[in-house]
Amino acid sequence: MGTNPVTWLGSPVFPKAARAALADTQLRRNLRKATHTIRDKRSKAVAELPDWEELRQAGEAIKDDVLSNLDTYLERIEAAVTARGGVVHWARDAREANEIVLRLAREAGTDEVVKVKSMATAEIGLNEALEAGGIRAVETDLAELIVQLGHDRPSHILVPAIHRNRAEIREIFRREMAEKPASDEPRDLAEAARRHLRRKFLSARVAVSGANFGVADTGSIVVVESEGNGRMCLTLPEVLITVMGIEKLVPSWQDLEVFLQLLPRSSTAERMNPYTSVWTGVTPGDGPQQFHLVLLDNGRTDALADQVGRQALRCIRCSACLNVCPVYERTGGQAYGSVYPGPIGAILSPQLVNDMHDKQAASLPYASSLCGACYEVCPVRINIPEVLVHLRAEAVEAKGRTPESVGMAALSWIFADARRYENAQKVGSLARHLAPSGRISSLPWPGSKWTSARDVPAPPAESFRMWWRRNRG
Amino acid sequence: MADARSVVLGRIRAALADRPAAREIPRSYDTSRPLGDLVELAAERIADYRAEVHRAAVDDVPATISRLLAERGARRMVGPVDLPASWQVDGAEWLSDSPTLSIDQLDGADGVLTGCAVAIAETGTIVLDGGVAQGRRALTLVPDYHLCVVRSDQIVGIVPEALARLEPTRPLTFISGPSATSDIELDRVEGVHGPRTLHVIIAT
Amino acid sequence: MPAPRVGLFATCLTDTFFPSTARAVVRLLERLGCDVHFPMDQTCCGQMHYNTGYRDEARPLAAKYAQVFAGFDAIVAPSGSCGGMVREIHPELHGTSDAFARTYELSEFIVDVLGVTDVGAYFPHRVTYHPTCHSLRMLGVGDKPLRLLRAVRGLDLAELPEAESCCGFGGTFAVKNADTSTAMLGDKMRCVLNTGAEVLCAGDNSCLMHIGGGLSRLRTGVRTVHLAEILASTEEEPWAPTP
Repeated sequence: MGTNPVTWLGSPVFPKAARAALADTQLRRNLRKATHTIRDKRSKAVAELPDWEELRQAGEAIKDDVLSNLDTYLERIEAAVTARGGVVHWARDAREANEIVLRLAREAGTDEVVKVKSMATAEIGLNEALEAGGIRAVETDLAELIVQLGHDRPSHILVPAIHRNRAEIREIFRREMAEKPASDEPRDLAEAARRHLRRKFLSARVAVSGANFGVADTGSIVVVESEGNGRMCLTLPEVLITVMGIEKLVPSWQDLEVFLQLLPRSSTAERMNPYTSVWTGVTPGDGPQQFHLVLLDNGRTDALADQVGRQALRCIRCSACLNVCPVYERTGGQAYGSVYPGPIGAILSPQLVNDMHDKQAASLPYASSLCGACYEVCPVRINIPEVLVHLRAEAVEAKGRTPESVGMAALSWIFADARRYENAQKVGSLARHLAPSGRISSLPWPGSKWTSARDVPAPPAESFRMWWRRNRG
Repeated sequence: MADARSVVLGRIRAALADRPAAREIPRSYDTSRPLGDLVELAAERIADYRAEVHRAAVDDVPATISRLLAERGARRMVGPVDLPASWQVDGAEWLSDSPTLSIDQLDGADGVLTGCAVAIAETGTIVLDGGVAQGRRALTLVPDYHLCVVRSDQIVGIVPEALARLEPTRPLTFISGPSATSDIELDRVEGVHGPRTLHVIIAT
Repeated sequence: MPAPRVGLFATCLTDTFFPSTARAVVRLLERLGCDVHFPMDQTCCGQMHYNTGYRDEARPLAAKYAQVFAGFDAIVAPSGSCGGMVREIHPELHGTSDAFARTYELSEFIVDVLGVTDVGAYFPHRVTYHPTCHSLRMLGVGDKPLRLLRAVRGLDLAELPEAESCCGFGGTFAVKNADTSTAMLGDKMRCVLNTGAEVLCAGDNSCLMHIGGGLSRLRTGVRTVHLAEILASTEEEPWAPTP
C-alpha cells in the first residue's frame, strides 16, 4: 500500500465506492443540478472568446516548457523570492511539507492558522498534521468550511461541497455555528459564513495558502479566488506560508495573460473571477512581513518521469473536466477516494501514489467510459483518455496473470487468424438456440454484469462473412 | 542525508532524462482586440458583475462622490494618504492611512475611496497596484464598501494589454465585481468576505 | 472517373452480431457507385484490448489490419469507435500506413469523400439520433450523420436531448463499472423515450447494443437501427426489422 495521503486510507475500489454513491438519490440530484448549471455557463463564457483554441494551445505549450525545464525554473523562482525577502523551503513528500508548516506556525507562536482553499494542502493532509501538532487550521473558503464543519470529505476540486445542497448546508451551519443562518438562501448562508469567520480574519497571525501560479522570473505568486477570504488571509496576518506544487510555475509574467483568461472561464465560467491577488516576496508596509514558500514534490517527479503521464502536471485545477464527466456526474467525487476526483483525479492520483499494486489507485484509470468530453474542455489540452489507457496498461502489467489477461490473450489469438475467428463465430452462433425470442436476458458471470440491466441480441444464424461468401465469394 | 532541495532537483533531472526539445510557444492568440467604445464596454461588463457604475466628467467626479456617499449614508470614509484633496468631499469624515490605520479602524469605517492602476473592459475588471490613490491592500479589503474612480485612459481592452501595463513585483489585486461565491450549488451569489458593495465612477 | 475501390471493414461486432448493418453498407455504397470489397482475412481492430490496457495484444491486430487493407482507395467502417481506433491509435501501435490514413467512418466517407448528402433513401419513421462519443470527439464527424438523415425522405427527425452525453457503454467499462454504466444508460434511455421516436439511430453498433439492450429489457418498443440501414432503405426495397 502506498503511504501518500493523496488517496484516503481505507477507500474501497472505484466500482464499489461508486455503487454506494449511485444509491444516494439526493446526491445524484445535487450533482446533476450543479454540473449541468456550470456546463452551460462554461460553454457561453468560452464561446465569447474568438481566440479560445489559440489560448489553449499556448497554455499547453507554456506548461510543457515549464515541465521540460522544471529544475531551471524552480531555481529561478527560488532566487527571485529570496531576493524579495521571502524564504523558500523544499519538501520531498507530504510528511516533510507538513513538518515545515507546523514548525513555522509554532515559531510564529500561534495555535491557530487561517487557510485559503488549497489543493496542495488538502493533498498532503496538512490540517490533520497541524491538529496533531496542537494547531487548529481554520478553512475559510465557503465550500471548504462546509466540508470542515460537516466533518465530511471534499468531492470536487473547485467546490468541495458540491455534493451538498442548500438545505443540507443550512443544517450543518445550524449545528456548528454560534449564529445560525437566517434561511437556506445562498445569500443568507454566505452571510452566516461571513459572520462566523470575520473575527478570525481580523485577528489571525498566520495564514496558509496554496498557489495557482508562481512566476519564475519575478518570484510573484498568484492566488485566484472569489469570496475575498483569500485576500483576507494573504493581506492581514503577519506570517504567510504558501505551499505550492513544483509544477505550478509559469516562466514569465507575460505567460499569465494566457492563464488568467483560461482559468476563470473554465472553472467558475466567469469572464474573470472576483479577486486575483499577486504578491512578490515581502512588500514593506503592505501585507505579511514574513513570507515562506514551500515547494512540494510528493510524487510529482514520479509523474514527470512518465513520458505519457507527465501531461497531467499541466493541470491548472480548473475542474472543467469534472463538470462535463458523465461518470463524475453520477458518482460524485468521494467515490474516487482522493482529493483529486473526476477525470483529472483518475490520472493524477494513481501517478502521485505511484504504485499500481495499490488496488484502489489502480481502479481509478478504469473509472471512465473514454467518452473524451474531458479532453475537449481541458484548457491546457491534457489528453486524459490517452493517459487513462496508458495507466490501464500499467495496471494490467502490475496485476500479472489473471482470468481477464488469459481471456484477452485467448481472444487476441483467435483474432490473429480469420479461420479461428470464423470457427469461434460459428460456435457462438449456436447460442441463438438458447434464445428463441431473439434476445438473451441472463448470462453467467462475467456476462451477468452485462445482463443485469441489458439484454443481449442472440447471434444470427449467419454472420456477415458467411453471407458475403455465399453471395459474393 | 542529502537535503530536500538537492533530492528534488535530482529527481527532476533524472525524470527528464529524455528532456524534450524546446519548442516555440504558439502565441497566435489576441494581444489586443477591436472592441469598440472601451468606456461603454467597461461600464457594461463591470455592471454585469453587480457593481454599480456611474459615469462623470472629470470635473464632476467630486460631486458624484458626494452624491453616492450621501445616498449610502457613508460618513466615515477611509482614503489612502495620497487621495486627491478634491475627492475628499464635505459631508464625510476622511480617515487617512497616516499614521497607519488599525484593522479595527478599517472595520469600523463605512467605506473606502480609491483610484486604480488599470481597468480591463472585456472582463469588467479593475486592478489596484498600491500606486497613486490606492494605498495598501488592507484599505480596500476590510471596509464593506469600496468606491473606485477609474479614469478613461486607464481602461484597456483585454487581459494581455492590462498585464503589459502592470509591474508584477508590486502587490496587485484584480477586482471583478463585489466578493462572490459559487460554492452553493455552483450558483453565483454576491457578498461574502470582501467588500459587499462596489461602486465604480468612470471619469471621462 | 473510375469507381473508387473501397474495402469494407465490417468490424468483428457487426460481422458477428449485426450482419444486416454490413449488408446495408454494401448496398448503400454500391448504389453510390463504389466498387466494394470485403477482404476475408479481416478480424478485429483490437480496440477492446487496447482500451482495457492490453496494448501488446492489440499490436498484432493493427499489423494485420495494415496488411489486409493495403491498396484500397478507401476503407469504410460502420463504426466511429473502430474507425477512430484504426486512424488515431493504430499508427502508434504499428507505425504509419496508408490503410490507417484512408480509413473512414461511414458518414465521413459519404459526405467528405463522395461529396453526397442525399443518398436517395426512404425511411418513413420517427427517428432520433445519438452521436456516439468516438465519432463525435475522436473523429470529429460533426453533423454529417444528421445532414444525411435530414435528406432521407419520409424520415421525421426528433432532436435528442443531452445528445452528446455518453450512453455509458465504454467497452469493458460496461462490465467493470456496471453500476455507473447502467446509471448513464438510464439517463440516455429517458432522453430517447422523451423524443417519442420509434427508432434510435447511431453510427456504432456497440453503443446501440448497449442502449438497445436496455430498451429491450424495459420492453419500450423503441428499436435501435444503425445509420447504414436507414441510408440503405429505399421505397423499392424498404428497411425491414431483422426477424
